[in-house]
Amino acid sequence: MSERLVELRNVAKSYGRVFAVGGVNLHVDRGEVVGLLGDNGAGKSTLIKMLAGAIQPTSGDILVRGKVETHWDAARSRNAGIETVFQDRALAVQQSIVRNIFMGREISNWFGFIDSTRERREAERLMREIGFTSKVFSPDSIVGQLSGGERQGVALARAIYNQADLIVMDEPTTALSLTETEKVFRFVRTVRAGGRSVLFIGHNIHHVYDIAERFVVMDRGTVALQATKQEVGSAEQLIAFMENIAHPQGVVSFDPASTQAGASS
Amino acid sequence: MTLSLEPANARAAPAVRPPDSALRRFLMANRAAVGSFAVFVAMMAVFTIFSPSVFTHWPIYSSVLVTLPVALCLVAPLVFIVTVGEIDLSFPATMGFSAWVFALLVQAGFSPFLAILGALATGMILGYCVGALVVLASLSSLIATLGMNYMLRGFIMIVTQGKSIALLDLHDTAAGALFSGDFLGLPVQIFWALGFVAFAALLFNRHRFGARVHAVGDHPDSAAQMGINVNRTRIATFVFMGLGAAIAGVFSAMINYTWWPTTGDGYLLGTIASVFVGGTPTWGGIGTITGGAIGALIVSFIQSGIVAAGLSGFYVQFFNGLIIILALLGHRWNQKRYR
Repeated sequence: MSERLVELRNVAKSYGRVFAVGGVNLHVDRGEVVGLLGDNGAGKSTLIKMLAGAIQPTSGDILVRGKVETHWDAARSRNAGIETVFQDRALAVQQSIVRNIFMGREISNWFGFIDSTRERREAERLMREIGFTSKVFSPDSIVGQLSGGERQGVALARAIYNQADLIVMDEPTTALSLTETEKVFRFVRTVRAGGRSVLFIGHNIHHVYDIAERFVVMDRGTVALQATKQEVGSAEQLIAFMENIAHPQGVVSFDPASTQAGASS
Repeated sequence: MTLSLEPANARAAPAVRPPDSALRRFLMANRAAVGSFAVFVAMMAVFTIFSPSVFTHWPIYSSVLVTLPVALCLVAPLVFIVTVGEIDLSFPATMGFSAWVFALLVQAGFSPFLAILGALATGMILGYCVGALVVLASLSSLIATLGMNYMLRGFIMIVTQGKSIALLDLHDTAAGALFSGDFLGLPVQIFWALGFVAFAALLFNRHRFGARVHAVGDHPDSAAQMGINVNRTRIATFVFMGLGAAIAGVFSAMINYTWWPTTGDGYLLGTIASVFVGGTPTWGGIGTITGGAIGALIVSFIQSGIVAAGLSGFYVQFFNGLIIILALLGHRWNQKRYR
């Protein structure tokens, strides 16, 4: 069996008495692409924010390479080799591309002064690797001038710079054009080919089915399904399963009365 | 391992534009400062036209050079605070308090150098307290620092009963020569202040700390998600402000070898105006140290300039305001806000 890279054990997050995530077990092995699916409010984003250290779990353990992590926070998560591409991309739009790529991880000398020549060179290389399409932008361009897809490119460049073992992507294809989406897929495949892992969170089941080899479906804060691609069989099966969660009676109809019944359950 | 994300037909893959030339980068990065400098030049031209005899002779410049060092030491750190997304109105009291510690230590017979170190430590500790209060208790920095300013000044007044401290013994000491004499015909303090501004500019533009100040002021959530300790960065800007205020306090006390319980009071509005006239916007995320220094120069020259130009002192406030508004309009036109 391949190496277990990251594992969440019985991780829960509650806000007061409301559980956003209640007791989730999830793992990602080295070199695999895991698709995390679920309806709005299923707890996907909360889960990956805990993995990224942006919020603290109420209970449960986070294990990296088999070791239980204590004092988990965003800096720890990045140091442990987990890079997260957040849904909002976590950019500072008034700063340059190069400053965004190295945000929180500046290339600096002993005294903390930044080696801007090296940062700029690295940024240029990363932008080329990501396949930046516009010649108008240089590493010194302000991120606020970029389109949504290009901003996503900056976030992806940041994620690959540190050669992280696991790249977590929260809805990376939302609001992207077809070609930009294709670029994100190519990115995932390249990362995978390099022996690294990806946790891909998505809304579009077809997208996630194509890219991932194992699936985790969340529903109302818990894991409803963990299955490999072989076990699932087809995207249609996955869709049927998710519809079944949303409408437990198995009745999917556009009759207003039963839709209401399904929504209230 | 290298990542290659080039499409299959790599020839069609477009190249990234190479990094900008150093000059272009300098101009773009210093857009606001260059604008402020233009405002300064225009203002001085107008003053010189209206009163050539005053502005072509040295005394006006030498009088500005006496107070400018104090202003510079306050403006540079305040740019950090505004860029990180906060404001500080407590620095005048911090300045007075640090200078008070300096005066008390000198009076008690300690070496002036030791007294200066004591003042700097006091300034940084006070800055830390103000910053921690604002950041950890999530208070509005505008109101909390205003309160701290009153409280610290009030404390000074209560304890000293409004009495000043004479430091005339410092006149003939090495510290007096080093921090209050003349050098190359100019007040030596201006060299120290320019050194401090240069240091601040390096910290702001080339250092990890400055990069994080920018990131936190720009988007605190993004900065936190990237592992930057947002609270620590914010508090650190207040500590730096305390350091600048302490230097300003010591300088101010050494100009005429007297510590006044009101030391620092007159610098509040002028310093704040300098930051914004210099081209640092109010919304955080970007700022300019060089611009702030030029802003301090503008603000220093407005007063002496208007009086020297033959207008009565009643005009000072009006023109002060006019130049601030015109400078802000200029910056608004010169800089675009990205969201």
